[in-house]
Formats: sequence, structure tokens, C-alpha cells
Amino acid sequence: MTRGARIASVLAGTAVTAVLVAYYIATWVVNYPPAVDAASAPSNDVTLQTVAAYGHSPHSSWVSYYVKQGSEWRHSTVINLPAHSLVHITIINFDGQSGLRNPLWARPIGVVGGITVDGKPTSALDPDAASHSFAVPDLGISVPVLGVGDNAPNQCATAAPCPIGTAHTTTTFTIRTGAPGHYRWQCFVPCAAGFINGFGGPMQTVGFMDGYLNVA
Amino acid sequence: MSHDAGSSPAHGRRIITTWLALSVIGVLAVIFGLGPHMPPGNVSDQAAEQTQTNTVLAVVMTPIFIGVITFFVYAIATFRAKEGDTGDGPYVKGDRQLSQMWVGGSIVIVLALAIYGTFELLAADKGIAGVGGGQGSSPIVTAPANALQVQVIGQQWAFTYRYPQYGDIETVRLVIPVDRPVIFHVTSLDVMHSFWAYQIGVKADAVPGADNVAGVTVDHTGTFDIRCAELCGVWHGNMASKGSVLSQAGFAAWIARQSTPVPLPGRRPVYYPDPNGRAG
Amino acid sequence: MTEIVVSNRSGFRGYSVLTGIVGAVVGYGIGIWIGHQMADRFTWFADTGQNDIGILLAYLLSTTGFLGGLGFLDYPLRRIVGQRPALAVKSKRGAAKYLGMSTDHKVIGLQYLIGIAFFFFIGGLNAMLIRTELLRPNPPVFSPGQYLTIVGMHSTMMIMMVSSIILGPFGHYFVPLMIGARRMAFPRLEALSFWILIFGGFILLTAMSYGGFPTGWTGYPPLAIQANAGMDAYVFAFFLTGSAMILNAVNMMATIISMRAPGLTWGRLPIFVWGMMTTSVLMLLGPPVLLIALFMEVLDRTASTSFFLPAGGGSPFLYENLFWFFGHPEVYILALPGFGLVLEILPVFARKPLWGYRIAVSGSVGVTLLSFMVWQHHLFVSGINATLRPFYMFTTELISVPTGFIFLAAMGTLWRAKIRFTVPMLFALAFFFNFLIGGISGVFLSDVPSDVSLHGSYFVMAHFHYTIMGGLVFAFLAGLYYWFPKMTGVELNETLGKIHFWTMFISFNSTFLPLFALGMLDMPRRVSTYAPHLQFLNDWVSISAYCLFASMLVFLANFVWSLAVTRKPAAQNPWDSRSLEWQLPTPVPVHNFDNIPTIQSGPYEYGNPNAVPIVAFHTAEPMTAGD
Repeated sequence: MTRGARIASVLAGTAVTAVLVAYYIATWVVNYPPAVDAASAPSNDVTLQTVAAYGHSPHSSWVSYYVKQGSEWRHSTVINLPAHSLVHITIINFDGQSGLRNPLWARPIGVVGGITVDGKPTSALDPDAASHSFAVPDLGISVPVLGVGDNAPNQCATAAPCPIGTAHTTTTFTIRTGAPGHYRWQCFVPCAAGFINGFGGPMQTVGFMDGYLNVA
Repeated sequence: MSHDAGSSPAHGRRIITTWLALSVIGVLAVIFGLGPHMPPGNVSDQAAEQTQTNTVLAVVMTPIFIGVITFFVYAIATFRAKEGDTGDGPYVKGDRQLSQMWVGGSIVIVLALAIYGTFELLAADKGIAGVGGGQGSSPIVTAPANALQVQVIGQQWAFTYRYPQYGDIETVRLVIPVDRPVIFHVTSLDVMHSFWAYQIGVKADAVPGADNVAGVTVDHTGTFDIRCAELCGVWHGNMASKGSVLSQAGFAAWIARQSTPVPLPGRRPVYYPDPNGRAG
Repeated sequence: MTEIVVSNRSGFRGYSVLTGIVGAVVGYGIGIWIGHQMADRFTWFADTGQNDIGILLAYLLSTTGFLGGLGFLDYPLRRIVGQRPALAVKSKRGAAKYLGMSTDHKVIGLQYLIGIAFFFFIGGLNAMLIRTELLRPNPPVFSPGQYLTIVGMHSTMMIMMVSSIILGPFGHYFVPLMIGARRMAFPRLEALSFWILIFGGFILLTAMSYGGFPTGWTGYPPLAIQANAGMDAYVFAFFLTGSAMILNAVNMMATIISMRAPGLTWGRLPIFVWGMMTTSVLMLLGPPVLLIALFMEVLDRTASTSFFLPAGGGSPFLYENLFWFFGHPEVYILALPGFGLVLEILPVFARKPLWGYRIAVSGSVGVTLLSFMVWQHHLFVSGINATLRPFYMFTTELISVPTGFIFLAAMGTLWRAKIRFTVPMLFALAFFFNFLIGGISGVFLSDVPSDVSLHGSYFVMAHFHYTIMGGLVFAFLAGLYYWFPKMTGVELNETLGKIHFWTMFISFNSTFLPLFALGMLDMPRRVSTYAPHLQFLNDWVSISAYCLFASMLVFLANFVWSLAVTRKPAAQNPWDSRSLEWQLPTPVPVHNFDNIPTIQSGPYEYGNPNAVPIVAFHTAEPMTAGD
């Protein structure tokens, strides 16, 4: 090869490498669920639902949270909230009863007022009947979510989101968002079926059982 | 280098003089400049011991570091080949006496450090040994009778705390009294964590099926940072919280306010998480 | 004589990396298919949506297919069916011989160089992603699970690759040349060790498509058993690396022990070869324990055994002990080649004999022996028997004594020398500066009271980057600048080399010195979120890290440009070295030596007015050809 041809091939190789590097970096940046403006002004109502199986590829068997934006259910767990405000949260749960490993989380912590389960004020759940929880450790918040009984009629069997007509429980509570910041939230119920201690897979993936509250 | 000292005494003398001068400056800087700010501070007896050890090690290491660097810098600056000089250096293949001195000296330093570290580790301070580190289920020294027992339970992704002397209540916030020995029993409900209370100088791995004991006596009221120091999954970096040190009266008042509406199962020294810990 | 024919085999007819890739893809498909047939109906796999058995079988069969496609099965299969193995094979020319199985140790050395550099570059890219995440405490740049995967990918990739970064390219290329041999003892094993290491690197990359893995390079259970299917990639890739290490160790030891030329006594052996020898002892004894631990982890993940799960009677401590029984010798697998290499280079550019040859050798041997007695210092706060800690504290501190011998030998060599400041010499000198900081920070970690505060923090991170990056990688670069003319026949640009050195030396220290402070200020390792008051230091580190990466790009540019464009032919012995490998012509002939030479003196007789040439080449009595 002549010197010119060698230079050209080096430059071409550099270009190809640069493209590959850009592609490699891009593969890491994707997969981050979009933030959802869930709180409808002025009352700051947020509605979440939890489903037993996501139902879509590639993780159709994973449990998941959904969040309502307007009248649509979004598959995300990154939620934008206003700072220093009271936020009213409703969790509609279609999943069964998993049971808590640490029963401490069966009582609500850090909420304003109490919680209601299916309309009834409740001070604590039966730890074995818990299905999920909504916990924001940095805000000192942890709320248990009652599971649907095994023999309840009309269980949700479709891919998520579940229709509101199928068997579910409803939990409502109010939290106070603190200073602006990005607060992680998670579920404390070992609900990831098949994973050791029920804490793999969806329990460790933002978009399923983990998320952020973007308080601004 | 004694072997060459006869032929050119100036090199050796210059290095040793520079080394001594810089070492004195360095040691003084470590003691009086860095020493008062040396982490992790003196909030507890154990943290103070760690701080002291850090300072002592820094004082011992400073002359060694300065000595080696001085030698290298001097040698690099002095023993350069002149431009165009293709000749070789002197044919010197070693010096038995110097090597023996080096070996002897380094063994003495190592022995001294090991003895000092062992002494610090094993010496009991107000009935607590082990400088705040996790010691497993059979600690070196039996804890004093008045010590507060706290079980630290790691789980994905939070620490919770049980107080067996106060009706086995469990809290999400760590509160301990000042001037009273505290014995942490660190364990885990799922994967490995590590309970790290930085300012009070406690670190103990939380291992499922194991009871890891670490003791501390805190000397000042205030708050301290708690972190997880062992990779435990997706929120490992977010497993941070604050603990509080209250006066003994304040602690008694705080503990009286705690209640457990949920019937908690009996506290056990360790927990064995069910691998299939889930339902449908 | 068989070895002449064998060492001539720089390529096999019909086999290449392309057939290897075809074999890998086919094997992968078969493995996934069998896995689905076997285990799809297990509730465990149905619930998680991941079939670990299928993935592991796919990795196993694709590795087999890859090696078969490269031609590794040719010899054993022919033997099994009773045919005579085809020893005489086509000799490929040019670049083609590098793209396939070769049993020429010089080809393998260059293959190692390029292969390891490729994965080292990917590992470095991951480091840049980590530092990008840490530019601000919050909000995260990457999803936190992805961040952990990036951390694990960086650490595992680096550990896998730097384990062989000196033994791979330089050990394979130069040990036979330095001891006057025509080849390594087991040329096919030598090729195998390279190809399974490289395939391991690719398998690790596939972890990305299986959800990543959260455990870093240590793979601690129960987290590793709980993790996504990406964990299988980690386990299998690390398993292949460990196997490659064992193969390398056996080969290297057999070569050094039994194939030295006449006159090359143990007392004349170049210190670099001693470094390879002691490293091989560690590589032979450490990795089998790792393989067992990984195998048990695989069984826990796929077969519901309970080696490491407390509920079933297992213990995570078991894994910790097994892992660090390998893991601490591994740390010295990363240090000893560097010791040997810089001490090999120092006399050449100091123009003096290696000062205290015996003490330097005993330093390496002492580190080798002690390194198996220190592993529990990684577990000082883990809750393992507390009364053993003084012992491990003592042995850990004791290991600084033989390490000190290396410094003594270097300092003695520099004394009243005539130092030539070439690029390799600069890197070798920087090695001592960096390793000194790494060693001194290690004293803090060995002391239990200090370690309670520092364990698991960025202090540890800074410490081992000073020894591995500042030590081993600087030594590797010293060796590369030193041997590049012999390996490739062309010269590197010295000005660019000096720019590379200074930018790298400064940005390396600027990157990792502040990490000591961050660790002491309570920043734990492997976190994506940290206390806001640590942001300034973290930003400083991130920007320095970008500079460090840029300095490596300078090196890469120099490497590629010199090799592909300028192609300035190198002199046979540009450094005026007395060592045996430099007495050979460039390029080194396929057989290295027409006749096995006789070694007449040690390699470091600089300044000796009565020195005889290191080697006597014989021209008489041609070797008899044939099997």
C-alpha cells in the first residue's frame, strides 16, 4: 500500500471506531423511563396501579407499577411532583398477597393523617396480606398496600394495565413532599416471583418496582 | 549507600540531610496540620482511636515516603547520562551489608506497626474492644452490663433497628444515648450489606444468618451519617440515613414515645430469609 | 525434531476467526434451544422470564463452537479416530496469520497485545461513563441498575484483561527469546489461553443484553444469586479467564523450568522471567479456587443448591473466603509482572547491573509465598472470627518487606548510574512513584483500626488503582515502549511518547489522589449518589479522568500512526541492551534460533570491562528435520 492509502485506511478505521464507541455509549443511555407529570393541579392527586404481570416483552412476567397521566396509564415510575406540597396518592392494586419479610413495613410511616384501605381508615395491615408497598426512605414515608385475596372473583388476567372492573384493592394517603430534589422510592414487599428472596428483577429495575420522585 | 560512601561522600550526605529536614517538616505538618482534621474525628471513643491510628500511621509513613522520593529525585537529577555519553555506569552488583540493614529495618517497622495495631484492636475501652469494627458473634471482650443492645437489620434497601431491652420495638431511625456503651448486633434479611456509621466509627457487615457485633461509646450528642458500605443492589448508594445521639434523658423520653402497632415476630439473633420469599 | 515443525504453524488450513464465529453462533443457538427444552416449564424460570440454564449452555456450547471453528478440535479429534495429526499445515502470511489459531509464540504475543488493548479500551470507556455519572450527586445520568452494570463491566473487564496484560503479550513473546527456546512448552495450550480469554471478554459484553449484573467484580452472593441473567455472563466470562490463567501458568512454568538454553542457570535468568515464573505459581494455585467458587455460584443460580444461601444451610462467608483466597493472590498476579518488567528495564537505561539481583528475586518469591496468607484482610469487618485478625494484620504488613526489596533493588541500580531518559525509562520510574503511594496507602488498610473506617470506601478504590493502574499499567506501557521495536520492527514516535507520558502521569495522579480524600470523607464505593458537599472533589476527579483517557488516545494515535503510516524501521538493538532477545535480528525469525545458543553470562553485565557477550550462536551442525 502507498502511504496515502495507509493514511486513508487509518482515518476510515478511526471513523468506524468512533461510530462504534458512540453506539456503545448510546446503549447505556436508553432504557430510562420518561418522567410523568402525574399530579393534577390544584389538588395534586396521583393515581398508581400495581399489576401482577407486566404482560409485555421482554419482561412479561414481572410485577410492575403504573402511573396515571390524565386519563392514560403510563408504564413509568419516575414521577414529577411539586415541592413543599401535600400530594394525595391513590394506589389501585390488582396483585395478590405476597407477605412482608420485615413486618415493620406493615404500618404506614410518615404520611399526613392516616391511610384508608378500600375506604376504611387503617392503622396497620396483616403483614402476610401485604402485596406491595410505596416507600420513600429519604422522606421517611412507607405505605403498605393490601393484596387481593386468592379466591377473589374476577381476577385481572390481561396484560397491564388492568381494567378497573377486575378485582382490586384501593389504598389512599397523603404525603408532604419536601425540599426540591430527586427522591428514590421502592417497594419493600418481596414480590419478584422466582428471584431469590423475591428481590431481583423488577424489584431492582427503575420502571417496575423502583422509581424516582422528581420534586421541583 | 555505605559501599559508595568512600568514593563520593557528598551524595549520601546530601540525601540524608535533605531527607531529615523534609521528614521533620513533613511529620510536623502531619501532626499539627493534618492531625486535628484527621477523619473520622473524635465523636466516639472508637472514632478517636481510628483517628489516632490514622495519625500514627501517617507519621510513620511520612519519613519513609519522603526518603524514597528524595532518593529517586536526587538520583534522577544527579545521575544522568551526559549528552552523547554512551558509556556504562560503575559495575556494582549489590551490597550485602546494606541489604541486611534494609531487611532488618523494614522488619522492625512492620513488627512495630503490627504490635501497635494489635494493641489498639484488642485493648478494651470502657468495656468495649475492637475499635468499632464488626467482630462476629463472639466479640473479644464481654460487653458491660449497662450497655444498650441494638439489633441493626439490613434489608434491601434500608436499615431498621430493634431495641431488645425496650420491648423489642423496631424503628426506622437509629437513636442512641450519649456516654453509654452501645452494642450493635448487625444482621441482614436478604443480601449482604455493611452498616457504616461514619462519625461514630462503626463498620460491620450485615450478613444473612450471621450476628456481627460491634461496640461503641459516643461522647457527644448530635447526628451522624449512616451508609451502606457493601454493594447490595440497585439502591446501594441511596441507603444513606441519619442517626441521632441524644442525652440519656432525651433517649429515655424518645424510647418511651415509640410504639409498635404491628405485632412483630420474636426477635432472633439472626434471620434466615426464605429463598422463595414471595407469593404469587 | 518435532518442535521445528510445530513452531512453524502460524496458521491452519480452512480454519480462521470467521469459522470460529460461525461455530460460536451455531453453538449459542443449540444451547438456547436445549435450555428451553429442559427448563422452560420450571416455575422458577417461568416466573423470572429468564432461563439461566439455557444461557449458560449457550455460553458453553458457543465457546466450544468458537474453539472448534478456530481449529482446536482438529488435533484431538484426529487422534481419537486414529488418524495421524496434520502437523504440516499451511503457513499464512501477512495479517491473516493473526486472525486465527497460531502456535507461534510471537504471533500469539501480538494477538494478546491487540486483544487485551481492545478490551482495555472498552474498560476505559466504562470508567469514563462512571465518571460522567459522578459529575453530580443527583439526578442520575444512567438508571441506577445500569450504573451498577457499568461499574461491574469496568471492574470485571479490567481485572480479566490486566491479569494477562504483561504475561500475555510480553511473557509469551519474550520468555522463549530470553531463555533461548524456539517455542513455548505447549504451543496449542498457549493459543487456547489467548482465544478463551478473548472469547470471555465478548461473553462479558453480552451481559448488557441480559439485564446486566449488579455485583461488581467480586460477585458476592446472595446478591449474585438474586441477580438478572447478566450474572451468568459474568460467571462464565470469569470462569474462562480463570481457565486461561491456569493454562498460562502451566505453560509458562514448564517452559521456564525445562526449556532454558545451556548455560542459562537460575542465577542468570532475567528478572522479567523470574517475574513470569512467580506470577505463574500464583496463577496455578489461585484460580482453581475461583473456578470452584464460581461453579458453586452457578449451581446456586440454576440448580437450587444452597452453598451460599443461609436458609439452606449455606454461608456467604464461604464464598467470601474462596473468592479472596483467589482474589488476594490475584492482586499479586497484577503486581509481580510489573516488578519483573521495570527491574528488567531499569539496568538497560541506568547502564548498570541490576543491583541486588538475589534480593530482587527473593522479593518476588517472598511476595508469592506470603500472598496466600493474607486474604482475610478483605474481611476485617465481615464478622468472621475476630481473634484471627491480628494474624492477618501481621502477615499483610509483612508482605511489605519483600515488596520493599524491589524498591531497594531499583534504588541501588539508580545509584551513580548513567540514566538515559527514554520513554520506557520514564514509565518505569513513574511505576515506583505510583506504587509507593499505593503501597503506603495499603499500610492504612492493613491496620484494622484504620481499616474499620476506610474499608469499602473510595480510599480502597484509590489504593488499588494506584497499584494496578499506576503500577501494572505503567509497567506495561514501559514494556510496550521498550519492546515495540522488536515486536513490530518499527519505531514509535518519541516526542508523542513523552507527551503521552507526562499527560498520563499528571492526570493519573490528579485523578486518583483526591479519591483518598473522598474515601476518608465517607464516600462508599460503587455508589451513583453521594453527599452534595463532595461534588467539587468528584468533579475534579472526573475532569482529570477525561484527561487521563485523552492521554491514552495520544498513545493510541502514536501506536496506530507509527505502525500503519510512518513505518520507520527500527534498529536491531536500539536501546543498546545486553539482553538475549535484543541480540536476535528484527523481525525475529520464525524459529527464533537456528540452533539453540549457549548462554555465557548474565543479562545485566553493564559496566563490566571483562564482560563476555551474553550468548554464543552456533552455526555448525544443522538440525535434522522431520518428526
